[in-house]
Amino acid sequence: MNTETGKEKGREKQTYKKFAEGRASSSPLLKDMLMAYLFGGGICVIGQALINLYGTLGADVKTSGTLTSITLVFCAALLTGLGVFDNIAKIAGAGTLVPITGFSNAMTSPAIDAKSEGWVLGVGSKIFNVAGPVILYGTLASVIYGVIYYIVGLF
Amino acid sequence: MEYLWAFLIGGAICAIAQIFIDKTKLTPARILVGCVVLGVFLHAVGLYGPLKEFAGAGASVPLTGFGSSLAEGVKTAVNEQGLLGALTGGLTATAGGIAASMLFAFIAALLFKAKAK
Repeated sequence: MNTETGKEKGREKQTYKKFAEGRASSSPLLKDMLMAYLFGGGICVIGQALINLYGTLGADVKTSGTLTSITLVFCAALLTGLGVFDNIAKIAGAGTLVPITGFSNAMTSPAIDAKSEGWVLGVGSKIFNVAGPVILYGTLASVIYGVIYYIVGLF
Repeated sequence: MEYLWAFLIGGAICAIAQIFIDKTKLTPARILVGCVVLGVFLHAVGLYGPLKEFAGAGASVPLTGFGSSLAEGVKTAVNEQGLLGALTGGLTATAGGIAASMLFAFIAALLFKAKAK
């Protein structure tokens, strides 16, 4: 447990440090890109296998997609809890950040770190440190699209 | 074959994002926000839907696919219930993934202790 005195600032820094660590190594761009490609592509292949698996189990296209997301989110949360995710992310960079696994890690990691700050303003708010902006701006963009799509459909 | 395309397209999206991580000062949070908004935009202009048809999980698993799902949900909802759909469609379509992320992240917080750095 990390109980440094920086408190709020230190905690915030630590939270971001976790995500920043993936890119902290000063390795050359091409190697980073290759790793991101291999890990990211690999996760997508696992995703495709899950989609097909749920499909053969009788789920329709939409449902199997959702179930796949949920499964990947679960795995990423578990690996984050076990402390394995960060080690993989250090090598994989965007390869684990950009797939939905990164979204899950971005919620789980701050949530675990914020436990000492309490369950409401600690875990409850820090869980949305990164996920909040993602959901906010994604939803805003989709609402704007929806309004435009509606107006265009009137003519 | 679909596994090959899932690998190639999904990997490519991650590799492109890696360029932004290495070459700009964008924080991972900003990259994720960018991915989602980009996904909404690409779906809105009609590019991401066909990419999902083609690359399957290669397009749906990266966060751009999350944005695409938001846009797709909004479009379907607007078709069904008019303007209100612009507000209800996006989160309805993505509710499973978002609620699961909250649930599993919370359970992880219950079960695991923070690692000393």
